[in-house]
Amino acid sequence: MIPAPFDYKRAGSAAEAISLIGQYGDEAKFLAGGHSLLPMMKLRLAQPAVLIDIARITDLSYIRESGDHIAIGALTRHHDVENSPVLKQHVPLLAHAASHVGDPQVRHRGTIGGSIAHADTASDLPATTLALGATYVVQGPNGTREIAAKDFYKSYFESDLAPDEMLTEIRVPKMNGAGWSFQKFNRRAQDWAIVGVAAWRRGNESGVGLVNMGPTPILASAVSSAIAGGASVADAAALATAESSPSSDLNASAEYREHLAKVLVRRALEQSSN
Amino acid sequence: MGGSILGERVLRKEDPKFLTSGGKYVDDLLDEPLLQGALHVTYARSTVAHGRINSIDTSEAAGMPGVVAIFTAADLGLQPVPSSFNPAAARTLLASDKVRYVGEPIAAIISETREQGEDAAEMVFADYDVLPAYTDMMAAMAPDATLIYEACGSNIVFDTTALGIPANTGDDFFKDCEVVVRGEFMNQRVAPCPLEVRGSAVAWADGRLHQWISTQHAQGAHAPVAATNGVDPSQVRILTPDVGGGFGAKIGAYPEELLLGVLSKRVGKPLRWRESRSESMVALGHGRAQFQRVVIGGSRDGKVTHYQLHAFQDSGAFVDMGTILAPFMTRPMSSGVYAIPNIECHTTSVVTNTTPTVAYRGAGRPEATAAIERAMDLFAYEIGKDAAEVRRMNLIPKFMEPHTTVVGQTYDVGDYEESLNRALAAADYAGWRRKQAERRASGNVKQIGIGVSVYVEITGGVGNGEQAKIEILDDGSALVYTGTSPHGQGHATSWAMLASEKTGIPIDRIDLVWGDTDLTPVGSGTMGSRSLQQGGNAVYSVAGTLVEKAKAVAARLLEANEADIVLDTDRAVFHVAGTPAVTKTWADLAVAEKANGGLSHDEYIGVPGATFPFGSHVAVVEVDTETGKVTHIAHTACDDAGRVLNPMLLEGQIHGGVAQGAAQALLEEVAYDGDGNPITSNLADYAFISAAELPSVTVVHMETPTPVNLIGAKGIGESGTIGSTPALQSAVVDAVSHLGVRNIEMPCTPQRVWAAIAAAKK
Repeated sequence: MIPAPFDYKRAGSAAEAISLIGQYGDEAKFLAGGHSLLPMMKLRLAQPAVLIDIARITDLSYIRESGDHIAIGALTRHHDVENSPVLKQHVPLLAHAASHVGDPQVRHRGTIGGSIAHADTASDLPATTLALGATYVVQGPNGTREIAAKDFYKSYFESDLAPDEMLTEIRVPKMNGAGWSFQKFNRRAQDWAIVGVAAWRRGNESGVGLVNMGPTPILASAVSSAIAGGASVADAAALATAESSPSSDLNASAEYREHLAKVLVRRALEQSSN
Repeated sequence: MGGSILGERVLRKEDPKFLTSGGKYVDDLLDEPLLQGALHVTYARSTVAHGRINSIDTSEAAGMPGVVAIFTAADLGLQPVPSSFNPAAARTLLASDKVRYVGEPIAAIISETREQGEDAAEMVFADYDVLPAYTDMMAAMAPDATLIYEACGSNIVFDTTALGIPANTGDDFFKDCEVVVRGEFMNQRVAPCPLEVRGSAVAWADGRLHQWISTQHAQGAHAPVAATNGVDPSQVRILTPDVGGGFGAKIGAYPEELLLGVLSKRVGKPLRWRESRSESMVALGHGRAQFQRVVIGGSRDGKVTHYQLHAFQDSGAFVDMGTILAPFMTRPMSSGVYAIPNIECHTTSVVTNTTPTVAYRGAGRPEATAAIERAMDLFAYEIGKDAAEVRRMNLIPKFMEPHTTVVGQTYDVGDYEESLNRALAAADYAGWRRKQAERRASGNVKQIGIGVSVYVEITGGVGNGEQAKIEILDDGSALVYTGTSPHGQGHATSWAMLASEKTGIPIDRIDLVWGDTDLTPVGSGTMGSRSLQQGGNAVYSVAGTLVEKAKAVAARLLEANEADIVLDTDRAVFHVAGTPAVTKTWADLAVAEKANGGLSHDEYIGVPGATFPFGSHVAVVEVDTETGKVTHIAHTACDDAGRVLNPMLLEGQIHGGVAQGAAQALLEEVAYDGDGNPITSNLADYAFISAAELPSVTVVHMETPTPVNLIGAKGIGESGTIGSTPALQSAVVDAVSHLGVRNIEMPCTPQRVWAAIAAAKK
């Protein structure tokens, strides 16, 4: 329960953070809220030689309206996402999903950028932003680039982020009055989802993201295609696992996860369709 | 005269400290003069479940920064210590020839800081010949199984047949029964998870060992610590700082604690040891772990006449306290609250390559209750009768004289039907049954389940009494010395109430001394729900005797006859009857008695036996039949603990007990992979319950005083857990029983509920 020895550097700006990560490369990890990284370090599952603390880069903590989308700074805390009037108005699904992350202590420390960059398939916000068609802005030594959420996640804790890049902003399209639902299935309130579903629907348009249904968060495209084609909610939900490949663990077998995904997607679409 | 303080909702005296500056735990002894310059101990632990040790290489770890010394069993010349319960099962305090579970200590590292110790522990390399690992008792009992203790000749280390109790007979036992139902239940292994994990600190000074331990029983640690250090017990002082929970797992002294004095002597420095949560999850003893085969038989109209239980107790890797819970706690309570004329109960304790099992809140009695309550449910389903009604038909009728069951256990007093009636009424049992019928009729996805359990348990079974001493200080305040040991129960408040009742000294002027073997050398600690009925009883009795002693002093000072002296407890003053204006205070008397050694009384107060609290719990759950998710929506507990000293403390015990019972029924289970590696060794993977998973608990009052002690009190520390666990499990099964489900193993996880529904549909 004590991390292995490491060096600690604090970055005062995004540019400084990127310069530091360029210096230390694979040996280093960014420390934002620390609520995923530090437990892994305490269990010695992660042993970075250097921690680059980016939590005090306050100009990366913001939520602002920007045309057809909302721009969220990567270092915005879950608590601020949960309680943002702008998000509640324009992207209520994301604000609601943030209210289900961990417990109040986690939500006051953890950040949306940290959660997405960590790329944990069991986390709520990667799948939610995926369902919403978000774009992630990352900054590296050669400037910034944008990555669509659907192209970002590669495998367990692996993303398209290069070792010398930092996630700086999350752009989430406005929901424009779409119906939505967030279904988090877990055993205890503060746990990671055994299976989670983030869904929205506006007429025949929809987006469905699955939590913990494979190595990465899953965009259930087959479900949305069926809805677009006029299928009933029940018929569309039956396709919930078309793209998934869940694993078995202490809490659930793969078979049970697939069952849950179908039930939860159906419930989410029913709620989104009202 | 004012009213009695006994029975009042007195706020806990200790809470301002715990809620503000915090308690002073072992880790907080930073100012302790004897511990200045202390080094830190870290134990390197086995990473395999079962293996013969070829070598332990500590050379690399020894060179790590801050490492002062490293010791293995060979370095310390440790000799095997035989188990009290089976001497053939002997082991060294650090593993020497074999390791028997993942987490067993194999080497002790002394370092300047804790952090350095944990780094060095990763660099201790042991070479093992890996042996087959048994996490399942049935596999460990197979005839060709590798022996965990070769000298035992078997992995069965304790069996009631060896006590002369015949093994259970066959089906013939049930030949007169119209209805016979069988069941197999796993009362799963759970982790006690006290908020404060284990810790200890040691210092040698003037040839004496001073050892602070986070323990439930300092006096119990005294002799084994002295023996391990090879010194006379008079050379050892055990001290107990504040203790952040134990739940039974901190009764006995562990190898990590016993060795500290030896290590300290080797390095010539005081030492501190504090385990991490990850260590605590694998090396603090576990609870329950009992597999049960039950057969129940009776008549079609609902009378149970025959009951057979074979309990297989998982001892884990050592033959520790867990081994004897089945024979000496489960078996005597196997009849429960029921008048069953024919019972057979056989228990078999088995070693496995898992964390050793110890006492855990209820310790053998929850298992007894769970077995008979599950059996009652199965019987009720089989004959198509209401589960509460079948229970009522079979209860032992109210008795105010001792009652002996067919297994030979004598209960003090009991009125089980009244507790059932009160619980059913307060829970609105009939109303819930109506709601259940409506949901079933409408085919609602969310079904209601109602579970009832009626239990009796044994408390104060440990110890024959308790030592108490009350000393009056010069300012008229009092010190109460007790052989019991608080770790969350509220002794400071309760013992002050008892002393105040007799002496009139206000409770904020009465302080408690405990857990220091120099000051309280005699004591049986706090365990088995014994504290109030033995320790509190002793304080109450000693306070009464002290008042009589004080009257003699007052008579001398007031120049009156002792018989004419009265104590006005409202003012805490003594005077001659009829002249209340001329008084002597407790301070006056204490000062006057200074020359005679002070004003105090110290006595061991015996009790004639154990007490048998009982009660009924009604749990209500909602089960999502599509996902299997269980939500605990209502809980009613009618626990009769005899005379109630402080209702608020009683309610706290019931709330906590229900939470712990619900946790076992719905959430918690220690699990291992096929190689014996623990896979629930942190609080993310181990589903420790939180407030969000619990309903508000309705506590129903009932008091049937016991004649066994002066107060009339029975134990309440474990009742909530004993009553709630089977009620919850029963409620989950009940919610889906109309679909054909008859049993769901604990914890009733969503996947298990979903699988049970799916299987019943086939």
